[in-house]
Amino acid sequence: MAWRWDFAFEILPQLLWGAVYTLMAAGIGYLLAVFIGLIFMMGQRTPSYVLNRITREVVEFFRSTPLLVQLFFVFYVAPQFGIKFSAWNAAMLTMGLHYGTYLSEVYRGAIEAVPKQQWEACKALNLSIFRTYGRIILPQALPVALPGMGNYLVGIIKDTPMLATIGVVELMQSANTVGSLTYRFLEPYTMVGVIFLIISLPTAFGLRKLESMVSRRQGISKQ
Amino acid sequence: MLTGIGVTIGQLFCASALAIVIALIFGLMRLSSNKIILSVATIYIEFFRGTSLLIQLYWIYYVLPLLINLNLDAFNAGFIALGLNFGAYGAEIVRGSIQAVPRAQWEAGRALNMSPYLQMRRIIIPQTFSHLLPPASNLLVELLKATALVSLISVTDLMFMSKVFNQTYWMSLQVFGTALIIYYILARFFLTPFLRWLEVLAARKMGKTLG
Repeated sequence: MAWRWDFAFEILPQLLWGAVYTLMAAGIGYLLAVFIGLIFMMGQRTPSYVLNRITREVVEFFRSTPLLVQLFFVFYVAPQFGIKFSAWNAAMLTMGLHYGTYLSEVYRGAIEAVPKQQWEACKALNLSIFRTYGRIILPQALPVALPGMGNYLVGIIKDTPMLATIGVVELMQSANTVGSLTYRFLEPYTMVGVIFLIISLPTAFGLRKLESMVSRRQGISKQ
Repeated sequence: MLTGIGVTIGQLFCASALAIVIALIFGLMRLSSNKIILSVATIYIEFFRGTSLLIQLYWIYYVLPLLINLNLDAFNAGFIALGLNFGAYGAEIVRGSIQAVPRAQWEAGRALNMSPYLQMRRIIIPQTFSHLLPPASNLLVELLKATALVSLISVTDLMFMSKVFNQTYWMSLQVFGTALIIYYILARFFLTPFLRWLEVLAARKMGKTLG
């Protein structure tokens, strides 16, 4: 089977629409994950031992089971308990939770990287907990957390094709549709691969630029 | 479901073997001073890291037979795609851990008149293990989770069996719940302790103790 350019151009608009939805899914999922990650991180930093252990185990559980199985679980099991999700909502919820647990680990590592003396200095200056986090700790933790956060942003973009399995119409699903209508799989799947390269390589590059910009702002130079 | 677990573990095993070989080859190629070898490795790594695993899987399984008449059965296509993809991630880990070995070690090797091959084998590689193993074990857990994707090209692994059972018995809570728990147990009580044990072993061999 040879590559047909006319066919490739014919299906391009449909695939590009799919790509828009892919980006949207990744964007919303990532925003959710950023907040859910904060919650999980705080859960692991509370003084209560029981709460600590529980959050820790929940995080471990989400991190060591496949996203695909979680997707199926949310999409097919929740209706049994009377909670009906549309495919899109189920996908966003699962993605947010899954990547939230990953991000919570990133946050945790970054906050632990802030020297202990900084906390003590805040206490000595009698700063409130909000000012301690907002003005002292988080700004210092941000440059440490950024590379990890960036990696997961690229990761979430690349995991969106999985959403096609529960029927979310995004790039992969558009390619499947085109393929099953026309019996041509060569062009759609190859083009999806290329579109992903076009999305993820510049994203990774942009993130590296952002990292160095933030470090420079803080007066920390990288080499 | 038990046969499903067997297939999942089989996938994990074959894919990690392939990934380790690829990671070593391309990781070393990334360190080459030869421009061509370097750029081949870079292109390979960026390509496989830049596109999604699922797309690679579909491409190898559905498109390769059309393009060059290379017919792979689902199991082989599955672990080859996993191995190629994770090999690219592993190559970066290999490169990083070799670069983390202090330069003086290379110079000392040369001072003792060792051949480059001997330097690599006796001096550099043993020292990389302590840097290599923690990220590598994370990657292997990722690989275990990624094996669930091969169910989409109809490899009869744990995930595939769960879907079949779900369609037969309509008990999604029990079926997918069990699958989740099995994956969790595999990762948490088999794979992670094993890799942790490897780390301790490597540290002991190097005469260091792990905290």
